[in-house]
Amino acid sequence: MSGIFEYNGGSIVGMKGKNCIAMACDRRFGQQMSTITTNYQKVFKIQDNILLALSGLNTDIHTFYALMEKEINLYNLKENRKMKPTTFANLVASALYERRFGPFFVTPIVAGLENGKPILATYDSIGCKSDLDDFQVGGTGGNYIYGACEAFFKPDMNPEELEEVIGQSLVSGCDRDALSGWGGVVYVLTEQKLTVKILKTKQT
Amino acid sequence: MQYLDNYLQSKGGYDYKNVKRNELMKAQGFKEMPFTKTGTTIVGVLFDGGVVMAADTRATAGSIVADKNCEKLHVLAPNVWAAGAGTAADLHHQCAHFNAKLKLQRLNLNRQSRVNEVITKLTSKLFPYRGNIGVALIIGGIDCNGPQLASVSPHGNYVYHPFQSMGSGSLAALGILEAKFQDGLTKQQAIDLAIEAIEAGIFHDMGSGSNVDVVAITKDGADYKRNVRQYNAKSYQRQIPYDFPINNTPALRKYQFDIEKQELTEVGQEMEIIE
Repeated sequence: MSGIFEYNGGSIVGMKGKNCIAMACDRRFGQQMSTITTNYQKVFKIQDNILLALSGLNTDIHTFYALMEKEINLYNLKENRKMKPTTFANLVASALYERRFGPFFVTPIVAGLENGKPILATYDSIGCKSDLDDFQVGGTGGNYIYGACEAFFKPDMNPEELEEVIGQSLVSGCDRDALSGWGGVVYVLTEQKLTVKILKTKQT
Repeated sequence: MQYLDNYLQSKGGYDYKNVKRNELMKAQGFKEMPFTKTGTTIVGVLFDGGVVMAADTRATAGSIVADKNCEKLHVLAPNVWAAGAGTAADLHHQCAHFNAKLKLQRLNLNRQSRVNEVITKLTSKLFPYRGNIGVALIIGGIDCNGPQLASVSPHGNYVYHPFQSMGSGSLAALGILEAKFQDGLTKQQAIDLAIEAIEAGIFHDMGSGSNVDVVAITKDGADYKRNVRQYNAKSYQRQIPYDFPINNTPALRKYQFDIEKQELTEVGQEMEIIE
């Protein structure tokens, strides 16, 4: 038995660009060494300008996403306005820390655009928010993607370039991780639109 | 039991719903992922008229550097700062919680927060949790009783001393402090001593690294210098940068969601998957 975070596998990565933000994830859902499905969704659109990527134990991904959906829906109903990305980032940190002694086994990445400015935050499983870097990774292939990101990343990229760079970083990283891969999805969010690109990768 | 859930939800505090499930998983042999810890070197030095606190900026998750430039000096009150070592999530949330608690108290009582009051509140919170909240703090500040410096351990023990160091790099820093500390330092001497102590931690301890942050607290306020020294700046610039051609990564499908019009369209052609 390996770690709890390696049970299902999966990798996610987020990158900041110039007035845009990108998120990418692989598509594998496995049970240790078996692959159950190759179209599992790990990046969720919380709001028009907020994306939430989750990696870790898939049951907790599901539960945590449902919890965040509930929180943001309640917020919209109570306050009658949209939630700001920085507020959502703090909400995720608090929700994770609330379960400090019985944590969800997820490592989320929150990406959003606030007045055109990109917001990117990552957390460990108990809510330590880290939001000062230009790119963040999570999941079993995270450490390999770190290497690719450090090499490929440039500050202030436009959306098209950012889409390429994050796609290549994800694929390069996942190629070295047995528990991630089986495709990739790249989300690029700008003020005007959200583009979703399903990548063609090696089928192994 | 719905009313109980709602009551507990509104009361706030920790949620223990997942503890039983997690214990069962551990019993089955699964290992947890390490929390982000601040390996850390933090120091505090008392001088004539104030206190200086300094910290490194590395946060680790196991043996990976999770954050190369995190902030370990937290504001608890305008005249009381905390430098934190231990579990990063605990530090961040507890310090934010105490900041709010102290601010509320200042608004109610219309009095400046005192250092010994901060220490009492912290230790009262930490002791019942028997060290499970992993915060090791150095609290420094100046109030009506003059400048004070103390360290608080995760179990709720506190010690007042003119110089303190905590974290995995504390022994390296303590070597510098024990050798060079004197009573009656000036502000600049204290800052230089604190930076030197952190340097020792950065270079000799694997859990500490990157840059040095310093704050000097005097009657006139807190002078916070972020990244006053940088040891791990990227010195190498790639000669030929990686320039990916646009639309080069092959895609199976591409969708576009227009935010203003709120409509989803498919872009481009579908690619055939060759079996």
